[in-house]
Amino acid sequence: MNCCKTVTDKAQQALAWVDERFPLSFLWKSHVSEYYAPKNFNFWYLFGSLALLVLVIQIVTGIFLVMNYKPDASLNLAGVPVAFASVESTIMRDVWGGKYIRYMHSTGASAFFIVVYLHMFRGMLYGSYRKPRELIWLFGMGIFLCLMGEAFFGYLLPWGQMSFWGAQVIVNLFSAVPVIGGQLSEFIRGDFVVSDATLNRFFAFHVIAIPLVLLGLVTSHLIALHEVGSNNPDGVEIKKHKDANGIPLDGIPFYPYHVIKDVFGVSIFLIVFAAVIFFAPEGGGYFLEFNNFFPADALKTPPHIAPVWYFTPYYSMLRATTSDFLPFLWAFIALISVLTWRGAASCRFVRGLCVLVPLAAYWGFFGLSAFGLTVPLTALLLPGVKFTVLGVDLARGLDAKFWGVVMMGGSVMLFALLPWLDRSPVKSIRYKGVLVKTALVIFVVAFLILGYFGTQPPSPVGNILSQICTILYLSFFGLMPWYSRLDKTKPVPERLTWK
Amino acid sequence: MSDNKENASNGESCCACSLDPERRALLAATAGVGAIVGLGVAAPFVGSFLPSERAKAAGAPVEYDLSKLAPGQMDTIEWQGKPVWIVRRTPEMVAALKKNDANLVDPNSERSEQPEYAKGTARAIKDEYFVCLGVCTHLGCSPNPKFLLGAESGMGEDWNGGFLCPCHGSRFDLAGRVFKSMPAPVNLVIPPHSYLSDTRLLIGKDSKES
Repeated sequence: MNCCKTVTDKAQQALAWVDERFPLSFLWKSHVSEYYAPKNFNFWYLFGSLALLVLVIQIVTGIFLVMNYKPDASLNLAGVPVAFASVESTIMRDVWGGKYIRYMHSTGASAFFIVVYLHMFRGMLYGSYRKPRELIWLFGMGIFLCLMGEAFFGYLLPWGQMSFWGAQVIVNLFSAVPVIGGQLSEFIRGDFVVSDATLNRFFAFHVIAIPLVLLGLVTSHLIALHEVGSNNPDGVEIKKHKDANGIPLDGIPFYPYHVIKDVFGVSIFLIVFAAVIFFAPEGGGYFLEFNNFFPADALKTPPHIAPVWYFTPYYSMLRATTSDFLPFLWAFIALISVLTWRGAASCRFVRGLCVLVPLAAYWGFFGLSAFGLTVPLTALLLPGVKFTVLGVDLARGLDAKFWGVVMMGGSVMLFALLPWLDRSPVKSIRYKGVLVKTALVIFVVAFLILGYFGTQPPSPVGNILSQICTILYLSFFGLMPWYSRLDKTKPVPERLTWK
Repeated sequence: MSDNKENASNGESCCACSLDPERRALLAATAGVGAIVGLGVAAPFVGSFLPSERAKAAGAPVEYDLSKLAPGQMDTIEWQGKPVWIVRRTPEMVAALKKNDANLVDPNSERSEQPEYAKGTARAIKDEYFVCLGVCTHLGCSPNPKFLLGAESGMGEDWNGGFLCPCHGSRFDLAGRVFKSMPAPVNLVIPPHSYLSDTRLLIGKDSKES
């Protein structure tokens, strides 16, 4: 007994010694044991901690993979690229357990996107991006972009056919930028084609540059979250009702309550994760694409190339943006501008923008022609005179290819605008009306359809459906200020509801 | 002496409002110079992203022996790390090119990239041999040959032979000219090339340059 008491005393003394020099107890209390989170968290609130878990999995497995991986595009004695061989031969066959470490990493990439997409969907369901949580949402967008970067850079490393051609397509996206495009894509590749130089710099980005940014953003995401406190399925602020000690009445400490809930979620997740790693590591060609088991060949594009599933919705939108789609896109931009113009009677600046944006878009899409269907006006009036400045034909506007790239990047970034697009008086889907609910369902369906067609080879039907879904995707964001205001909402309770 | 005193008292009054113009100026100058040095130091990091000297040097012309190519056949060789196609077009293939003109974005290749001697409908020095960079002008995939005609090709009834890009479905005819409403904005690029003899083709170099 005495002995035990001495040990606890010593431990207390040691903690006090540390606390005098570093705020250990303070940090633990303020962020864990005395961080009060709403008591009505549900299933959807598991994905934040799961995302953190997957991040740790990716970092740990990544460290072990780097021990055997060689970023080298030159051919070995057997005539196979060294990088490809170091993955498919060394790691997959020769290193003890290497196969499973690699599968954890490749499955982890897909798991990361599943978890993050669900985490974002949770935010959209319960209005977690609304005031005062805009910065949490924006840091989250930064994390999402970093993840996309990680996935893209990492996918080149095995130096298979899909690695090579995927990088080729995405880097060439930058060549669509007017004037500087050609040099820009050369600058990114460090060569005139995707080559050893590209592989090495992508390796550097994948293993150190982006992970550092990612960790910084995750930290900022959590600091911002703990500053304002978590949202909840009711979308009401628990800080409005506190007890005598200043503790929210509807809050429970993160440790032990939410930690236990998260441990339960983590266990279920790991069971599924392990099942995939052991029994379906390629995920039916969705997690690891079959064409990537062939080494990169710069002379031959595989008959069907598609990105990994998590990029396919955006890839579909890229493909859907052809010159015959631009008139519809312009009509959409014009509609948003008219609606904004009507609502901004008091603000000259906004009204000016509402005129300028459609005009600029019209020129950018069609130049001086009638919706791109006719020859430019200048060709009729002044035949033979060229209006080309720095490689851009002013009479014809910019290529559909460039707008495809803008579409792909822009549609990702639209999420960042949500805090300012959503004008609903309530946060949570529970108290929103049929209009917003319908819009959300349409958005999810359109997103899934876009994702499906992105995995398929180009086809006329797929193209038209992708174009329709692209408009629906854009409408969800573009029309939100109006339908979220028109929506008939239900009264929000003063305190949390739970069973 | 009196000047010194005045300066000293000025200095004091500045200290009171926590502003010392001389030190401010020194700090600003130091920071300014530091920023310039910083920019200079950043230059190599930006520069290191440009293609290296070795990458620039690896672009020598390639020779190709045409005698091994049968009519209607296509071969692919590597030049500057990119695929270059050599297609031996049959007279029927060349004749069919005109039929596509109405459906093309740039039938006379005025907005597309090719040497002066490879303009026009056939886009070749000799109509029989079509030399083309096998890199789609959309996003750089390598299109696949679809030389069968009509419905047999799986490309539609009025298909006169050409190429299909597997990535985003751009279609090109047998002179590398892109069809309307395709993701690719312009025709395929024709690399500089010349004939050393009737059967020896040099890719990557004009006859003028030699």
